[in-house]
Amino acid sequence: MAKITFIQPDGTSQIVEATVGQTVMEVAKLANVPGIEAECGGACACATCHVYVAEGWRDKSGAPSEMEEDMLDFAFDVREESRLGCQIKVTEDLDGLVVQVPAKQF
Amino acid sequence: MDLPQNVPPVVPTETDVVIIGAGPVGLFAVFELGLLDIKCHLIDILDKIGGQCAELYPEKPIYDIPGLPVVTGQELTDRLLEQIKPFNPTFHLNERVDELTKQADGRFVLKTDVGREFLCKVVVIGAGGGSFTPKRPPLEGIEAYEGSSVHYSVRRMDDFRGKDVLIVGGGDSALDWTLSLQPIAQSLTLLHRRDDFRAAPHSVEKMRELVAAGQMRLMIGQMTSMDGCEGKLEGVTIKTKEGEERIAINAVLPFFGLTMKLGPIANWGLNLEENLIPVDTEKFETSERGIFAIGDINTYPGKLKLILSGFHEAALMAQQAHRYIYPDKKLLFQYTTSSSNLQKKLGVK
Repeated sequence: MAKITFIQPDGTSQIVEATVGQTVMEVAKLANVPGIEAECGGACACATCHVYVAEGWRDKSGAPSEMEEDMLDFAFDVREESRLGCQIKVTEDLDGLVVQVPAKQF
Repeated sequence: MDLPQNVPPVVPTETDVVIIGAGPVGLFAVFELGLLDIKCHLIDILDKIGGQCAELYPEKPIYDIPGLPVVTGQELTDRLLEQIKPFNPTFHLNERVDELTKQADGRFVLKTDVGREFLCKVVVIGAGGGSFTPKRPPLEGIEAYEGSSVHYSVRRMDDFRGKDVLIVGGGDSALDWTLSLQPIAQSLTLLHRRDDFRAAPHSVEKMRELVAAGQMRLMIGQMTSMDGCEGKLEGVTIKTKEGEERIAINAVLPFFGLTMKLGPIANWGLNLEENLIPVDTEKFETSERGIFAIGDINTYPGKLKLILSGFHEAALMAQQAHRYIYPDKKLLFQYTTSSSNLQKKLGVK
């Protein structure tokens, strides 16, 4: 098990229990975290599960793959800490992970 | 009144069934209807056949098609096309059905965005997640400039002649239009969020040559706001690593891919539940007799958005469609394995 904190643009946060092997997108969808749309259902084909990985977690969560970078081109307000939630797999190492939900998915 | 010259009167295309959407479920519907001697035309807003399979995940594997342990979106599309070849369906791509109305004789009239009309006895909506439409960058006030200064496609290149053009994106559309519009634009700026492009390498190379020759500008960053007055764009503010910069721009072409929207279907008077079309589970017919909805676009108790569920829905829909199209013919249930009649239709006998 791992705990993941989702921070909304208005500053409110929600801590969700995740199972190792799930993706951050799946964790968010199962817990009804607002702002994670995942239109394509996790195929890395839409960029509507865009999140910002909080400072201090970027090494552990890793860098986006080339395919993910291509998809991030379709997201809005992409930053260095941008990832697609469907491409971050929960591991024991990610227990305590903090991600921020962007103001808009489009 | 002056009538425009050289415009032929619209003669509707008559057919048994019009299928809206050429995704996997629409394609399989051609097969099921074809076995019952029903002719189909398919209309799709995309420029290719296959729907989401071809547009969103042509190279990604699907693992839950019965009998195909793994198949990519494109392979599945190709195999379905091969399977329906004997029925010779007609495809109308790059075309959106805008209007659907019922005539007094019970037949349906469909009008598309390119002015084509269809007249048919049965309509099958297999529109998946809805029409693919270009993504609109969520910039405040962008709507005011759409159509006048912000365009999601190029209809006439001449509209960009002499303009200060900003193209946003890093794929083939962005690069191809950069190269095509650069010679006629007053100035051309290409904006992309990173100095790495998905587009074909040779077009990226050509673009870099133009930048090196000072004939266009490449900026790495993202749009943050637009300004102008009375629907006329005057400038775009761009955030780059160095900070924010406002550049004078009067035409923008954003290329951020496609998203799915229900679109005109919402205006056809059908019952809707959260942008889905409720159907029965016997015939997959909508609230309107003769209009069916199959695949991801429909909803009913227990609905699963799986391609295989759409295939099942297509088979049952076809039975009812047959009753409407051939009211006097008795429908005899047959297997393709043993029926020489069906095998003849498939061209295997």
